[in-house]
This record gives sequence, C-alpha cells and structure tokens, in this order.
Amino acid sequence: MPIQYQGILAEHAHTRQAVSVFDICHMGEFMLQADPAICGFDRVVTQNIISMPLGSCRYGFILNTQAGILDDLIVYRISQASWMIVVNAATTSDDLAHFNKNLSIGCSLEDVSSKMAKLDVQGPQSLDVLEKIFGDGIGRLNYYTFSEFAFQGQHCIISRTGYTGELGYEIYITHDYVGKLWELLLSDPRVKPAGLGARDTLRLEMGYPLYGQDLDISHTPLAAGMGKFVDFSKDFIGCDILIKEQKDGTKEHLIYFQADSRRAPRHGFSIFDQARQVGVVTSGSFSPTLGVGIGMGYVTGSYNIGAPLLVKEASVEIPVKVVKRPFLKSTSL
Amino acid sequence: MNIPKNNYYTKDHEWVRIDGKTAYVGITDYAAHALGDITFVELPKINEALKQSSHCATVESVKAASDVYAPLSGKVLAVNVQLVTNPELINQSPYEQGYFFSMEFSNEKEKSALMDASSYQKLVEEISK
Repeated sequence: MPIQYQGILAEHAHTRQAVSVFDICHMGEFMLQADPAICGFDRVVTQNIISMPLGSCRYGFILNTQAGILDDLIVYRISQASWMIVVNAATTSDDLAHFNKNLSIGCSLEDVSSKMAKLDVQGPQSLDVLEKIFGDGIGRLNYYTFSEFAFQGQHCIISRTGYTGELGYEIYITHDYVGKLWELLLSDPRVKPAGLGARDTLRLEMGYPLYGQDLDISHTPLAAGMGKFVDFSKDFIGCDILIKEQKDGTKEHLIYFQADSRRAPRHGFSIFDQARQVGVVTSGSFSPTLGVGIGMGYVTGSYNIGAPLLVKEASVEIPVKVVKRPFLKSTSL
Repeated sequence: MNIPKNNYYTKDHEWVRIDGKTAYVGITDYAAHALGDITFVELPKINEALKQSSHCATVESVKAASDVYAPLSGKVLAVNVQLVTNPELINQSPYEQGYFFSMEFSNEKEKSALMDASSYQKLVEEISK
C-alpha cells in the first residue's frame, strides 16, 4: 500500500467529504474454530468473546502476563463456534504463536493472511457506493456488525468498521478477486484511492491508537485509556495486573493534546510541564481538518483538560493544551 | 520537473532569483514535491543576518520536517507572510507565490557556490535514478 496517491491532504479531505478506498491487504487474519466454553480463547483476549452476538465485531487486546499489550485486534463472531480474528501485520506471526501456545488442544486455528485481502471503503458516501455493488443488505449493518456477501459469486465478509471516524466498511475477500473489486470501486466517480498517509491523519484526528506507536508491550490497556475494551468479569492473561492497576492507578497514561499553531508534534518529541519532562509523544501530526498540530503521548502525573504543556525537540517548542479525544467531534460515523 | 533557467540553485534544493542586489529565495519544485503537502513554514525574521549555508527556515509536510539553508549571506528584507496561513502555495507555485523571503546579499563571490539550472537538473536526475 503506498503512502499516498494524489496527496495526503486531498485524500484526507476526500475521505471526510465523500468516499475513499484503502488497500489494507497487509493486515493479518486468523480463522478459529473451537468450542467457546473450553478452547481458552476467552482467556487470551480482553474482550468477552462468549457473550458476542453472531455477526458482531468486538475490539480488544492480547496481553502478556504483565498486562503489556502484545496487539490490538478485532474479533468477528461468525457462528457459535467460529471466529475471525483480525490482527496487525507486523505482529501476525507472534500473535499466531501466542494463540497456539494458549489455546487448548483440539482448536482449529488457521492463519489465512496470505489468502485473504482487505479493502476499507470509508466516507459519508460509502454506504451508497457499496449498496450499488452488494445490494441493500449493506444498509442493514449496524456499527461493529458484519455479514456475508457475494462479489461475482465469490464469498466475502463486510463489516461496518473502520479506522477513519467516518461511516465506513471493511471488506474481506480472497486475493483472487480483490483486484477486480478494487477496479470496480474506483470505476465509481465518487471513489478515490487513499494511502497510508491519509489513513494515519484520519485515525489520529479520532484519537484512535496505532499499535507499535501508541500501544506497545510496555503499556497496559488502562495506561492507554482503553479500559472499556477489557471485560473484568472474566479471567484473562494479564487480568491480575490490571485489577491492581485499577486500584493503584497506572504509572503513565495516554493524553491527547492540540497545538494552537500548524506546527506538528511528532513521534518521539518530549512533553514538558514547564521545565520538567513528563512524557513522550507517541503519535502526532498536522490535523488537516482542524488546521493545527495534534498528538498523543504517555505522561506521568495527571493533567486536566485544558492544561498547558510544551512539546519539545531540539530548538522546536510547540505549546499545546490537553484535550479530550476525539479531536474531531462531528463526523459521519 | 520545473527548473526555471534564470535561477540559481543549491544542492539542498533551494532556489535563488537575483535582481540587482536583491535575492529571492525559496525551495524547488523537486523539493516541494518530495516533501508532499506542505502544512507549516517557519520563516526568518526581517533584518535577520543570514550566513550562506546556515539554517534560515523550516518547512513541514504531513510526512516530515525539513530545514532550509540560506543560499547566500546577507540581510532579510521581506518575508512571504502568505505562507504562514497558506503554506500550500509552496506546492502550488514554488518559484512565484511560494517564495520564502527576499534578502540583500552581501558577497557577490558566494554566487560561485551556487548551481545554474542545467547543473541542478543533472543533480535531480542523479538523485531520481
């Protein structure tokens, strides 16, 4: 997937105003068939996969025993005893090993990443575009649900999910058909391709974390402010550490901040509270929609909304204020 | 790639247009294109004394930040304040509306360190190989 096609700003704006297609074929997908009660799947992920309705998606994490985040993932419940697990590209092989180690014997877990392609269709006009191709079943999908569709006789899965903050869908289809689907989508004059650059600025405006930058093995879901994706009513790997964190608090926590200038805070810049360094920027960029720099990063200590901080790197100093996520309050989502 | 014939160029992809004792300075079409959509620029101060090859401005795109170096020594006469709110002018019109600043240059001999359009063209072709 390229960084950009016609330019990050144009692709970003087109996604917010119309509809873009993203080639996300690099993501990892596993197919799991297992008895939910005894397979141990529920112990590997933080979300509750037993209570999930069929046809729903659920976001969550896999953790190590120290509750460090090994990956963030979305689980799709296909039937009573089968799930699709969508993981990040760079972590796919480690995730697979982690699942294999922790699932009970008798489960069938298959890495289908090399066969499965993925296109994200995102933007306020995405529903109209996809209904033209897949029929009106698309309109019946609620947020974080999916259904099976056919494209030229080929089975595919479409979920109403995404990483842009706009109304949007993710399409999982075999590699053999993805080229044809890509071309058909782009033959609609409303649809333009968007690259990884726009994907990053779009997700950042929503305050969605990126694994490897904002989420990593040295931070827990609670430090990342993602406690709502952890089901404390069940047992899972890392659970005891998180329960302790709930009581005692976390050492660091993720904050969101906005500059009053166009200058971009960037990954690795330091965060200062007056003369004292309190943290590091994990993601930052110019926000095309807001026209100012935005970012997130882990800090020690607690800061109220509106608290002034300083993002620094060498001679660059960017005054910022702590804000609530998402940066963008109103979208087609 | 647009490389106007009458300008001088540096290896860091700044251009200079000389008009008497005044030099107009910006970044080349190649540089603007390589940076991508430009979102922020920090310009020198009026009357600031610049030294050839020293840092004089900063330009940021969505992808990266990059330093701009003074192509000649001298004093800043005026800066293009349009760029503060409309940095995209650098992408749209790198040699005209997207110029960074003008300066009164102090040392005629420094021009020998600059490239003409055909040398710069060769440099760009070399990098793009």
